[in-house]
Amino acid sequence: MTKTQDQDTKIAIQIRNMNFFYGKFQGLKNINLDILEHKVTAFIGPSGCGKSTLLRALNRMYSLYPGQRAEGEINFYGQNILDPKQDLNLLRARIGMVFQKPTPFPMSIYDNIAFGVRLYENLPKGEMDERVQWALTKTALWNEAKDKLNQSGLALSGGQQQRLCIARSVAVKPSVILLDEPTSALDPISTAKIEELVNELKSEYTVAIVTHNMQQAARVSDFTAYMYLGEMIEYGKTDEIFIKPQKQATEDYITGRFG
Amino acid sequence: MNENLYRRRLLTNRIGIALSMLAMTLGLFVLLWILFILFKNGFQALDWNMFFNSTPAPGSEGGGLANAIVGSLMMVGFTTLVSTPIGILAGIYLAEFGDTSKTAEITRFMTDIMLSAPSIVLGLFVYAILVAQVKHFSGWAGTVALSLIAIPVVLRTTENMLRLVPGSLREAAFALGAPRWKVTTQVTLRAAKSGVITGVLLALARISGETAPLLFTALNNQFFSLNMNGPMSNLPVVIFQFAMSPYDNWVRLAWGGALLITLTVLVLNILARVFFREKISA
Repeated sequence: MTKTQDQDTKIAIQIRNMNFFYGKFQGLKNINLDILEHKVTAFIGPSGCGKSTLLRALNRMYSLYPGQRAEGEINFYGQNILDPKQDLNLLRARIGMVFQKPTPFPMSIYDNIAFGVRLYENLPKGEMDERVQWALTKTALWNEAKDKLNQSGLALSGGQQQRLCIARSVAVKPSVILLDEPTSALDPISTAKIEELVNELKSEYTVAIVTHNMQQAARVSDFTAYMYLGEMIEYGKTDEIFIKPQKQATEDYITGRFG
Repeated sequence: MNENLYRRRLLTNRIGIALSMLAMTLGLFVLLWILFILFKNGFQALDWNMFFNSTPAPGSEGGGLANAIVGSLMMVGFTTLVSTPIGILAGIYLAEFGDTSKTAEITRFMTDIMLSAPSIVLGLFVYAILVAQVKHFSGWAGTVALSLIAIPVVLRTTENMLRLVPGSLREAAFALGAPRWKVTTQVTLRAAKSGVITGVLLALARISGETAPLLFTALNNQFFSLNMNGPMSNLPVVIFQFAMSPYDNWVRLAWGGALLITLTVLVLNILARVFFREKISA
């Protein structure tokens, strides 16, 4: 792991000896990984390899479902979030998540964004307006949405809905944003916009992204983790993983010989 | 290619279509017959007096259904006020909080029994625990009996509609750090809103024609009364008593009342469909 660490970058999330279980089935086996601050880390691998499971462990999403549990350590700036005493709502306010399918809430565009902000901040109307504009601007949606802030979020196109969902996450000012295949339901143009967005987000946020699309991982990420059957096969700088992977399995997957 | 096999399949197909058309015609014929008789007799009875006069005494002329209409509206209205919150809250519990817990399983089982319980049994039950205890019929007893019918309908529809809300929407709200009650009230319930309203409307349609539970509880009242503590007139029981009476004006009023109820149920069903269609298109 140490080779991937620059001297001056801090570790945002440190995963140590993490095992994950769906009931009796072990979904992740002894994962060790450092996610660096203000970098984009991509998880790639064939379907069912555990990359989404890993992502959903980082904000304890799995805790919604009885029977799913994680062992080991996930240290978020030094604090083990797998600790049963961890407050999940506070954790999720600091580690945001965007899903595969756009999930706008059944309310106006404005309220979609204000919903999350209101949970932890008591802003006067003026500041809330500013925050909404700020989040929509960040996600390049402001020009398209500024005249219809009071319309339902469901009235937007699929690509716009997904950017609204990212704006919603950004608006609560988390420190980490998890993206679970954010473009797999979108057309190429929307995908390009979101990839551009990911690039911009990393100046202020730590980003972890799960993707099926290897070109996407190569385009947007600084670090890439290749997973297979619940194990971390290889992890390193994206350039190195894609140009000269250390392991044959990684190379086979990346060159399309497998998966 | 086997021509015979193909011909036989064609024949089977035609017979199948013919049989289902026959069944449909039969069903439709009976429905239209009912509506025809109802409209023919009902519209004859329909006039303004029906809405302003109360039910006539035996042997007297004229009269109307004002007391029955108001009584029905009051009891159905109070039933809605009682059963909507209980049904919706219990439905939320089953879909969002209880899930597979023992309490939820038992509640679900009881609801199923209540849904299919004959309404006359529910009426008898309220008669035994309420009417027989205080020794007089009352509008409140009628409301209790109707609520026992309406609550399971609202509860079940609410649960089903909440279950239709995709889990990803809940996860998205949780992912922002929202506590469960906020996720439920502001996101899930809102997404299921039109379905839940549909459930309430269908429950209303269901209870507005119920006769058996009211026979044992509210009974009837010949006079105009707003007193929920006393016996209360209502359309279904008036229809039941008047339709088989020897007086012509009573029979006429019974048809008028039957038409009123049918139209109400029809409107409620149409409203429910409109609401549900909005949900689908959204």
